[in-house]
Amino acid sequence: MRADQKTVSLLYFAVLREQRGLNAETRTTSVSTAGALYEDLKRDCGFTLSRDDLRVSVNGAFVDFEQPIADGDEIVFLPPVAGG
Amino acid sequence: MFSVSEEPLEDLDLQGPLLNREAGGCVEFSGRVRDFNQGKTVSSLEYQVYAGLADKEGNLILKEAREKFDILEARCVHRSGHLKIGEMAVWVGVVAVHRAEAFSACQYIMDELKHRLPIWKKEHYADGDSGWIRSHTPPLKAGGDLAFS
Repeated sequence: MRADQKTVSLLYFAVLREQRGLNAETRTTSVSTAGALYEDLKRDCGFTLSRDDLRVSVNGAFVDFEQPIADGDEIVFLPPVAGG
Repeated sequence: MFSVSEEPLEDLDLQGPLLNREAGGCVEFSGRVRDFNQGKTVSSLEYQVYAGLADKEGNLILKEAREKFDILEARCVHRSGHLKIGEMAVWVGVVAVHRAEAFSACQYIMDELKHRLPIWKKEHYADGDSGWIRSHTPPLKAGGDLAFS
């Protein structure tokens, strides 16, 4: 594995789960931020939501899309929520 | 205390943990699955929850409510899974010495949880269609189109 590569866990919910056809997967990537990772996923998986529609969490905490990602992170891109 | 339940809320002792001898008022709210939305007949609702983050954010909302309002305790339980019409989807209970603060805190908790908890709601319609709900906007389809555009 190249020095800049890391393997992350992705969990999918709602419309992203349906579009990906998976609840979760691991992905090896060389991008450095959560935002760049979503752009790769959007291109590769056909996600229709733009980054503006989403929030992102890393290891169970809301973060900024510019958050650097690290090997072993659990990353979730959260579609618009609707509790209650 | 915030929690997510896969079991029907109707089967749980929701109010029990809030019992308090100082509490002059207990305000409870239950959100239930209704049979219509945006002009369509709803047959059931499906909730997906990112449990770890929901617990954290839910407990943060309850902590905020305790700080903002003069209440004794607050509790919220949210359902996950597939719910039928009339089933309880969310329950909030607040106890306080006096009722006014309990009403305000209950309203605050409900308003916050609807747009902050990592919980997603899919409406299944009587006509066989379905769509993910976005708070205060039309449902989002898996194909990416708005169901009521």
